[in-house]
Amino acid sequence: MKTYIWIGIAGALGALLRTGIGVLIPHETGFPIATFSVNMIGTFLLCFLVTGVVRKISAATHFQDAITTGFLGSFTTFSALSMETVLLIENGELVMGALYIILSIIGGLAVGLLGFHFGQKKVAE
Amino acid sequence: MSLLDMMMIGLGGFLGAVTRYFISKKMNEIGRFPSGTLHVNLAGSLLIGFVFGSDLSRIWTLFLASGLAGALTTFSTLIKEIIELRRRRKGSQAILYVLITFGGGIILAVLGYYLSSN
Repeated sequence: MKTYIWIGIAGALGALLRTGIGVLIPHETGFPIATFSVNMIGTFLLCFLVTGVVRKISAATHFQDAITTGFLGSFTTFSALSMETVLLIENGELVMGALYIILSIIGGLAVGLLGFHFGQKKVAE
Repeated sequence: MSLLDMMMIGLGGFLGAVTRYFISKKMNEIGRFPSGTLHVNLAGSLLIGFVFGSDLSRIWTLFLASGLAGALTTFSTLIKEIIELRRRRKGSQAILYVLITFGGGIILAVLGYYLSSN
């Protein structure tokens, strides 16, 4: 039960920060830069932390889950990515929609692998 | 953003994260295909399509789309799981996971959008 409350609070904070960044970053170019940035940053951090770094931050598993599953899980999002792609396609911006998906996958894997790499180095220290 | 806006996003985020954790715990098994994450990502895509297609008030949109659907779905865990599948030499499962998630997510967002706007 304690884990659920911690994850919920961290999830609320992640959603607030994500939405706040969405308000701050203008999206005039058509490319959904806010969601993209949030997803790249959050993916890097999650992969960095799950290598074992999060265990160095706190020994309490409910707190570890709150940071990874709760905060970073909520901070990054997939539903906005789906919706934004649909809206781009609907506006006739098919190339932009395809580019958004491809860059999200390739960029996400790149920053994720980078996160794992740095995380493993950090844990080995 | 007003305080009420923030409360609605926070409440949606709380419920979304807790639901995702619950479903992932039930359905995801280490080393196996991450069907829990797949389910929440697909369900959240249908939900956000539904919200965008309907004429909901700002408060309800913030609660359901920015909060609930946003936090129920996740991108960071999805990428982490793709990398882990590849590392366990399950490359074909990793590719299948990418295709079902992105293909299904877009199709369900469209479906939700048209179901609620018509």
